[in-house]
Amino acid sequence: MTTIFGVPTQALFGQLLLGLINGSFYAILSLGLAIIFGLLNIINFAHGALYMMGAFVAWMLLTYLGLGYWWALGLAPLVVGLFGILLERLLIARLYKLDHLYGLLLTFGLALIIQGLFRNQYGVSGLPYAIPPELSGGQRLPFMFLPNYRAWVVVASLTVCLATWLVIEKTKLGAYLRAATENPTLVQAFGVNVPLFLTLTYGFGVALAGFAGVLAAPIYSVNPNMGADIIIVVFAVVVIGGMGSILGSVITGFALGLVEGLTKVFYPQGSATVIFVIMVLVLLVKPAGLFGRTA
Amino acid sequence: MVRSVLFASAISALAMGGALAQTAVKVGVLGDRSGVYTDISGEGSVVAARLAVEDYAKIDPSVKVEVVSADHQNKPDVGAAIARQWYDRDGVDVIVDGVTSSVALAVNQVTREKNKVLIDSGAGTADLTGPQCTPNTVHWVYDTVALANGTGGAMVKRGGDTWFFLTADYVFGQTLQRDTAAVVTKNGGKVVGSVKTPFPTADFSSFLLQAQGSGAKVIGLANAGGDTINAIKQAGEFGITEGGQALAGLLVFSSEVHALGTKVAQGLVLTEPFYWDLNDGTRAFSERFSKQMNGRKPTANHAGVYAGTIHYLKAVSALKGEAKDGAKAVAKMKELPTDDPLFGKGTIRADGRKIHDMYLFEVKKPAESKGEWDLYKTLATIPGNEVFRPLGEGGCPLVKG
Repeated sequence: MTTIFGVPTQALFGQLLLGLINGSFYAILSLGLAIIFGLLNIINFAHGALYMMGAFVAWMLLTYLGLGYWWALGLAPLVVGLFGILLERLLIARLYKLDHLYGLLLTFGLALIIQGLFRNQYGVSGLPYAIPPELSGGQRLPFMFLPNYRAWVVVASLTVCLATWLVIEKTKLGAYLRAATENPTLVQAFGVNVPLFLTLTYGFGVALAGFAGVLAAPIYSVNPNMGADIIIVVFAVVVIGGMGSILGSVITGFALGLVEGLTKVFYPQGSATVIFVIMVLVLLVKPAGLFGRTA
Repeated sequence: MVRSVLFASAISALAMGGALAQTAVKVGVLGDRSGVYTDISGEGSVVAARLAVEDYAKIDPSVKVEVVSADHQNKPDVGAAIARQWYDRDGVDVIVDGVTSSVALAVNQVTREKNKVLIDSGAGTADLTGPQCTPNTVHWVYDTVALANGTGGAMVKRGGDTWFFLTADYVFGQTLQRDTAAVVTKNGGKVVGSVKTPFPTADFSSFLLQAQGSGAKVIGLANAGGDTINAIKQAGEFGITEGGQALAGLLVFSSEVHALGTKVAQGLVLTEPFYWDLNDGTRAFSERFSKQMNGRKPTANHAGVYAGTIHYLKAVSALKGEAKDGAKAVAKMKELPTDDPLFGKGTIRADGRKIHDMYLFEVKKPAESKGEWDLYKTLATIPGNEVFRPLGEGGCPLVKG
């Protein structure tokens, strides 16, 4: 059997595939963050809490209303998005004129409050959420056993990322969005309702987090801390990709998933740290991030 | 002037006389109130300590007890700082719970330095009664050696003689792996590999794949809390158990099995010293606990907080005013036989190890389970003197001297 650094190539393929799957979560979450930062200039620290909320809403839909996974996939992002719109209107909208730091502090506080409320109600051990029957089981590939659900996660996340990118880059709505990012005053002068744009963008950004939460519910423990665990990594992804760069955040998300996957083979202890090491290196060499524009 | 001074001192003498008849102690519940161990520690430990105080007031009303609590966030430095402040400034006499091994070892040192008492029920590391033992610490519920003897020994006897470990990369995971590997080898088994996983980890798929590739018959989960839950959940997804490999949960609490549900966790073999549905005593306690905890059942750690607090208060009653001397209080605790409704009769050894029976449980199948908390069936009772590490082998200086 061929080996690379003592690891059989077959095992390596498996690990790369798993890395890609984890990268899917990073990609969707960092995409939402990048959109929000790009347009609103808000560093949305509540993103992890809203991702967690997506998973919990899926659990609630099933437990209280009997609505299964496929319903949750549509409804949970909607609920989280509406909640986000409420937050934006009531609180975040008041901070646009102030320094970034205020937005960061506000959303960080919101994250702590949301997590605390869920912890009080549901504890930290988590709640059971099963893989939908249509996607249970798996395929025996030549190099690994691939659960169907994981394959679905990659497909779903790639589709969502691609669709978002197309909307922003190729449609008139996207053109407005990009223009409003560039120069809000001028765009408003042309009769575009910029504040409404901002609200809807925030709603959409956090809806993406909710969507990722539903995707995560069947495979990760559904507990109030699940967002706090992942959000720091996702922020590192956004910083590496370049704050506000939409394509950059998606590509970096998948790429760093792969890097993390490789680290889990060669030096497992370091897999929680490797992304931050890369972040430090990137910041030293290219402070605006790999895909970011220098101001 | 002179007369008023005399009068004042007479009053204060009277007041002191009143205070002498009563012994006041302060119990500090130091646990995880926000992180991965909140459900096995957290508010439940405070409730358990209060129940102990409530029950002890019926036995000896002259002991006045105050309960305070804090969150050490699973950080040794935070835990040690709280312990210092409690001992130096707030007049805390005893710390209970003490979940998370790394924090427990730090608080263990502070407690010795300040000559107070630590009754640790949550931490796993057997070093607390080994090289790191002190005259001020009692280790109540379980330790890594007992878990290794229980689950490790049982799995090898059932034919699981090759092992692969998924080990949480900190002191608890490493000691648990070390102790279990020793038991496995002693019983004729073999360890074929292990992987250190960062603490905490959300995605175990990569590590599970490595375990799968190793071909070991048993995958030992040397982790706890959310890590164990994620690992078991994802093992099901990757068809690990269907492929003929067995999972051994080396530290699993009932709250975690509850979170997984019997559908995912069925068949898992584990060792615990306490289960809410063991006998009338445990059921009665669990009923009271449940009422204050939103329907949740107590875990072994909560039971340990209750039983440890009761036993400490017995020592306080026996010592009267001398209970403020931590080493004396612990010496008294070791002298008195322990007896409580949750762990039954037992003893505390010279090294601070509390000795009681442990149980080998198997998680029920969904069809066997009658309610959401009906989780375990008992496979075996392992006597206390067999399951814990023999007194002379831990390397505790108190025993040698």
